[in-house]
Amino acid sequence: MIKFSKRQLKTPRLMRPVYLVTAGQSKFDRAMPEKKTEELAIDALTMASRLIDKTPAELKSYIHTAYYGHFADHFGDQLLGEAVIHDRLGLDPLGTIGIKTGGATGGSTLWEAVKTVASGYSDCALAMGWERMDEVPTDEGNHLISCAADKDWETPLGHIYTGYYAVMAQKYWQVFGKEEDSFRRTLAEISVKHHGYARFNPFAHAPMKITVDDVLKSPVVAFPLRALDCCLMSVGAACAIICDEDTAIELTKNTKNKPLRIWVTAGSHTLRPACRRDMEIPLLPHETAEQYADLEERFPGGERYPGFTGFLAARMAAYYGYHMTGINDPMKDLDVIELHDAFTISDVQTYEDIGLRPYGEGRDYVESGDCYHINPHTGQPGKLPSNLSGGLIGCMHAVGATGIMQVFEIATHLWKRWGEIHGNPGLWKEFDREKPDDWTDLQVKGANRSMAISHAGVGSHVTATILMDPDHLLKKDA
Amino acid sequence: MSIYGTVRVKNGKYKIKGEFHHITPNMPIRNQDEGWRLMGVTNPRDMTYIHTYGGESVFFENLPKGKIFGTRCDNQDCEFKGTIYLPFRIYCPDCLFKNTVIDLTDVCKKTAKVHTFMVCERSGAFNTLDKPIKFINVEFEGVSTILMSYLSIGEPKIGMGVVPIFRTVNPTYTITDLSWVPKETQETDLPEGFTFS
Repeated sequence: MIKFSKRQLKTPRLMRPVYLVTAGQSKFDRAMPEKKTEELAIDALTMASRLIDKTPAELKSYIHTAYYGHFADHFGDQLLGEAVIHDRLGLDPLGTIGIKTGGATGGSTLWEAVKTVASGYSDCALAMGWERMDEVPTDEGNHLISCAADKDWETPLGHIYTGYYAVMAQKYWQVFGKEEDSFRRTLAEISVKHHGYARFNPFAHAPMKITVDDVLKSPVVAFPLRALDCCLMSVGAACAIICDEDTAIELTKNTKNKPLRIWVTAGSHTLRPACRRDMEIPLLPHETAEQYADLEERFPGGERYPGFTGFLAARMAAYYGYHMTGINDPMKDLDVIELHDAFTISDVQTYEDIGLRPYGEGRDYVESGDCYHINPHTGQPGKLPSNLSGGLIGCMHAVGATGIMQVFEIATHLWKRWGEIHGNPGLWKEFDREKPDDWTDLQVKGANRSMAISHAGVGSHVTATILMDPDHLLKKDA
Repeated sequence: MSIYGTVRVKNGKYKIKGEFHHITPNMPIRNQDEGWRLMGVTNPRDMTYIHTYGGESVFFENLPKGKIFGTRCDNQDCEFKGTIYLPFRIYCPDCLFKNTVIDLTDVCKKTAKVHTFMVCERSGAFNTLDKPIKFINVEFEGVSTILMSYLSIGEPKIGMGVVPIFRTVNPTYTITDLSWVPKETQETDLPEGFTFS
């Protein structure tokens, strides 16, 4: 679709306020031969219970329906894995369903859970996601992931997803990056930042203290992307509990978790980037058509939209989400975000799709220091810190869990519990990880509004999950 | 006797012959660091899928004949009538009328240029292309979409003119039967099994 009807652009509306009450996650790692998936799921739900001072049995007694995000059945050679987990969590005979939207599976799982509560069908829903990518050798894993591309027109071309993705990166690199060394260093800076923040996250799979030069010297995967520009392949689980207002208040009474308003919106675009037809840029609330009138002059080769340089699905998820919640300018209205940094370059592309910067100018979000917890240029808090978890590059990409991990992370900031949870020595010990001597509390002070972007493939599905402290809404009837 | 699994269609049904899977034993996974205790087991799987190209079969049938087919929406009532698609789309994504199959071979030979590219040093299991794989996305005049393929000779650049080549000897009937080379490439330089037409 390249033109939209008014009905298609309707601002989504929930039938009643919906709240995120608690969330939890397991350890994330490349392989976990010591645990079955059900053990990881139970770890996540147990943690969610603990954060609101409940036993798992007490929390379970509130759950009315369960939504499970698990992308790749063929990785584990187990169809209906959702039914296995549901049984092992002891939630039979409640209604349950599996959700699969590639890398956006976690976000999509939340989308469904929020809608079921908003509709009144359930007052409390479980959203649980997981993935285990350690059950096949890496080259077979790459083949299985490549099956998420078009099996007739793309998969036979190398059976390697990076190749289908990296052509977009190459186009962005040449058109908007102008092949500048300085832009390449900016991409590397993202990897340094995300691996670096992962050092303060006990859940994280790949904490590293590295430099820009380390990234630039890492092995080429598909130029200009190098190994340290790429996300992880992880094992782990994450969950969230979604409730109506009365249940949220009851579940959190006398606990440290304040119920957070939650909205999830979604967009989509062609599975094959090849099928993207040229269209006008859909504008976000703070943008004007005039600002893009000379885009081609400023960036020769950037005449197609979204072409191979943008993600229409991300733009549409943001479009619906901003209108739904009253966000005008995300740089001003949000306090902390988690983005789907599958690759450093797609992180930059997403800055533009969701309006942190105009199209073509995404690099400035990094170069200005706005994306940091503490802006390295000013020593002051970053304007809108991103991926303080470490993101997909430093923390994890256990596909079905990723979007829920992101929401767990931004919620801990709004609950003002980031330091308590991530600094807990017991957790570091439990995960057999060494808490660094320079461990730093990355709590974003005064955080009241946040967003997480969950993204599939080359942009086939994207969700935007927005959390707000109910005392800091931007739109009363949201 | 072991033979590759083969399939034909007769009276609207699949008729299969040969071996479609191979049984190999499960093997224990043990922990070397903990007294070789049992951790799990391997589950070997070797399967052959049976897959139809459906309405796209005309595209794959014609690659080894040196032809590239695309499709066009000819529905008079469609707002986007006349839009041409390559990759082949069986139905118009706007009006959902069945598209007309059209021969785009000449358009491809005369107007193809590289929209973007990527040189990939790695591949996944089951890959049959030589590495590094030079992925190219090819744009054509008058075609609304951009085709993903691979360059067999030379180094890709954005904007470079390319021409199609076809695996006419021992075709695979997959998208790998189509590849591209820079304009002015001589037929004698083409990879084994490939020709210009």
